[in-house]
Amino acid sequence: MGILISRSGNTVVARLEGEIDHHYAEGLRNKLDAAIADEYVSELVLDLGSVVFMDSSGLGVVLGRYKTLAARGGRLSIINASKRVERILRMGGIYTLIERNDRRTRA
Amino acid sequence: MNNYMKLEFLSLSQNEAMARTAAAAFVAHLNPTMEEIADIRTAVSEAVTNSIVHGYRGTSGMVTMECELDDERVLIVRIIDEGHGIADIERAMQPFFTTAEGMERSGMGFAVMEAFMDSLEVESELGSGTVVTMKKRIADNDER
Repeated sequence: MGILISRSGNTVVARLEGEIDHHYAEGLRNKLDAAIADEYVSELVLDLGSVVFMDSSGLGVVLGRYKTLAARGGRLSIINASKRVERILRMGGIYTLIERNDRRTRA
Repeated sequence: MNNYMKLEFLSLSQNEAMARTAAAAFVAHLNPTMEEIADIRTAVSEAVTNSIVHGYRGTSGMVTMECELDDERVLIVRIIDEGHGIADIERAMQPFFTTAEGMERSGMGFAVMEAFMDSLEVESELGSGTVVTMKKRIADNDER
């Protein structure tokens, strides 16, 4: 499990790679939380293009970061997720939450 | 004759990857699709994580994984722990239900196992542990 973080303005992009399971979830959570600790960060982009495995522990991490961002009026986006990863995320309803939040932010 | 294997390991999170890889390797000779392999790996990962997080709750214990393969290409995986057990199985199996609120668990473990395998059975007794049995048939080449 690897993570590459970059920031441009108030947007943080986190490129994740490898397998996200319960074993790696805590380390990933800590790194993501550190990257968005600055309250000025208003968007977290999770690039899941190089994630080869994810189970519901990974879903928990994504949902948790979504809540942090939503609570401060920010947004989370997910890009490049494979069909497999997307299936798990969809089961957890994350895309519905993101869309709902985006509509609210735009309104 | 049915093929069979048994793997016993300590309830440490680094063993989650080993267990799902072993289960996938057990059926490799049947030439499963990438999709079938990913389904098995994900379901096993969920069940083993449950044993570690909820069964043993950070204490150490043994997790047993049994894999059986019958003549009809049906894989039967059993994940067995001797941990706390589940108080209310029906409730535990509901999507988004979790007893580990502070730990950011998604509550989707059983829902994922159910979605990715052909069948899921959970037997549990408080104080004695839990047995999760999952089955999945690996399609034959000419059925694909």
